[in-house]
Amino acid sequence: MIERALTPTLFLLCLIALFLACLLGSTPLPADRVLAALFGGAAASDRLVVWSIRLPRALAAFLVGATLGISGAALQGLLRNPLAEPGVLGVSASSSLFATFSLYYGLIAFSPWVLPIFAILGALAATALLALAAIRTQSVVTLILIGVGISSFAAALMSLMMNLAPNPFSLTEMVNWMLGSVANRSFVEIGFVAPFMIAGTAILLLTRRGLSALTLGEEAASGVGLNLRNQRIFTVVGAGLATGASVALAGAIGFVGIVAPHVIRPFVNHDPARSLVPSALLGGLLLMLADIFVRIIPSQTELKLGVVAALIGAPAFVWIAMQRRVAYD
Amino acid sequence: MTELRVSNLSVRVDDKALVDAASFRLKPGDLTVLLGPNGAGKTSLLRAALGLQKTQAGSSDLDGAPVTGLSPTERARRVAYLPQIRPLAWPNRVNDIVALGRFSHGAAIGKLAGEDAAAVDRALTACDLKYLADRAADTLSGGELARMHCARALAAEAPLLIADEPTAALDPRHQFRILDLIKSYVEQGGGALKDLHDIELAARYATRLIWMKAGRILAEGRVSDTLTEERLAEVYEIDAQVQGTQIFMKGAL
Repeated sequence: MIERALTPTLFLLCLIALFLACLLGSTPLPADRVLAALFGGAAASDRLVVWSIRLPRALAAFLVGATLGISGAALQGLLRNPLAEPGVLGVSASSSLFATFSLYYGLIAFSPWVLPIFAILGALAATALLALAAIRTQSVVTLILIGVGISSFAAALMSLMMNLAPNPFSLTEMVNWMLGSVANRSFVEIGFVAPFMIAGTAILLLTRRGLSALTLGEEAASGVGLNLRNQRIFTVVGAGLATGASVALAGAIGFVGIVAPHVIRPFVNHDPARSLVPSALLGGLLLMLADIFVRIIPSQTELKLGVVAALIGAPAFVWIAMQRRVAYD
Repeated sequence: MTELRVSNLSVRVDDKALVDAASFRLKPGDLTVLLGPNGAGKTSLLRAALGLQKTQAGSSDLDGAPVTGLSPTERARRVAYLPQIRPLAWPNRVNDIVALGRFSHGAAIGKLAGEDAAAVDRALTACDLKYLADRAADTLSGGELARMHCARALAAEAPLLIADEPTAALDPRHQFRILDLIKSYVEQGGGALKDLHDIELAARYATRLIWMKAGRILAEGRVSDTLTEERLAEVYEIDAQVQGTQIFMKGAL
């Protein structure tokens, strides 16, 4: 019963949050003016605020949260661990390193597709490494340690690039990538990452049934007819595409992929396959709300969205880890 | 009629022969028990027969086609496989875990319909799990968990079943219950192959025995033909007396 209402409810809440994001801000717009602006009426200035600033920003927050939520849910299903997530596993860090590299060396001058493609390559490199490690070891602790290693290495290379940065501008740019933000995103930028997000999400959704089988462990999952190799490849590529695209849009934002599936799981009887769609919606919702928060709190310089996400998510990560019963490790 | 035919199968890992030129057949009506001491290669043989383990020589055919050439789905529809029980990754409902037995038939758990729902229901009934169907699997006892996994394998309704120590770590009553389930599956037209550590239980339930030691099959045949004091001494290195299917163990040799 609750399960059936879950997805529509989350969808409705996302629409409300999207609308709220258009209302609230440094200059609050009343609801009637926002509605008028959304549907083509209202003054030109209102339309500009809604269509060029607030709506794309909120949409970017939603897309980033949704892709991180679904990637987290899928990786948790594949690795059979509630702590698996693009941020924790170093996928986001590796992706933002590659993205920064393309920025730093001016490669993005060649084509607007360079940035998303580099971010995706970074994400795929990390996910592939993790999947290879997952074949060799059953221990999830080992995997998370490998993720910590990838994260640290990416952070070190990032610092190296910062040291070599020719001017303070590229320094602030890099900080943006490491902390994550959706400020000043436009529909054009969304358009360049959307195809990858859609492709990654589609792959994850089409292969989600295998994630249920993996509940049994790999041996029994192949026993019931799962093609283990293909499942690994599809989940890794799907999560890599989705995470890479989200990093290309907003930089590295952590912990959404842990918190969203964790909240959803009890409502779907702990079935990884059924947790994907609600986790995506909840991830999008959380990040939209966090971004509204970032915009309305009064401060000199705007807080980074990724910082807020980590402030909420990191304690949640510690909490989940402490609750975990020792079964595998 | 589905038949698994294993001939001269060898598995070597780093020059150590885990399975050495093993041959046997499994068809509906058989309840074959694989016997042998720890490290005899029983699990490796079962996995290799299913195509889940790389082999260096020999073949394993299902109805004349190499098992390695079948897709995992095709194989799973003909042979249900019950590996040694591992903890579940998530506290799923019993009903959902049993439904995973229908994976090869394309069923998605949570939205079972038609034949899949009926098969899951039959398996739950057969294993006396109906009253636990909505419970979370992490609240079950060891015996209930073993029955749940057994139900999952039976839900596939495959003509053959291969089980790896299905009664490990169970008390005698639950061992009997699991073996009764497998026996009634065989009586209804299935063929089962499993490895057990309890020789007496094996002698009581099996129609055929396969005796294995150090990767090699030493004997294969009907219980009355292959269960002898000499064989127990050779395979298990124990001193035992055999009267029919009764075994009196005296100690290690």
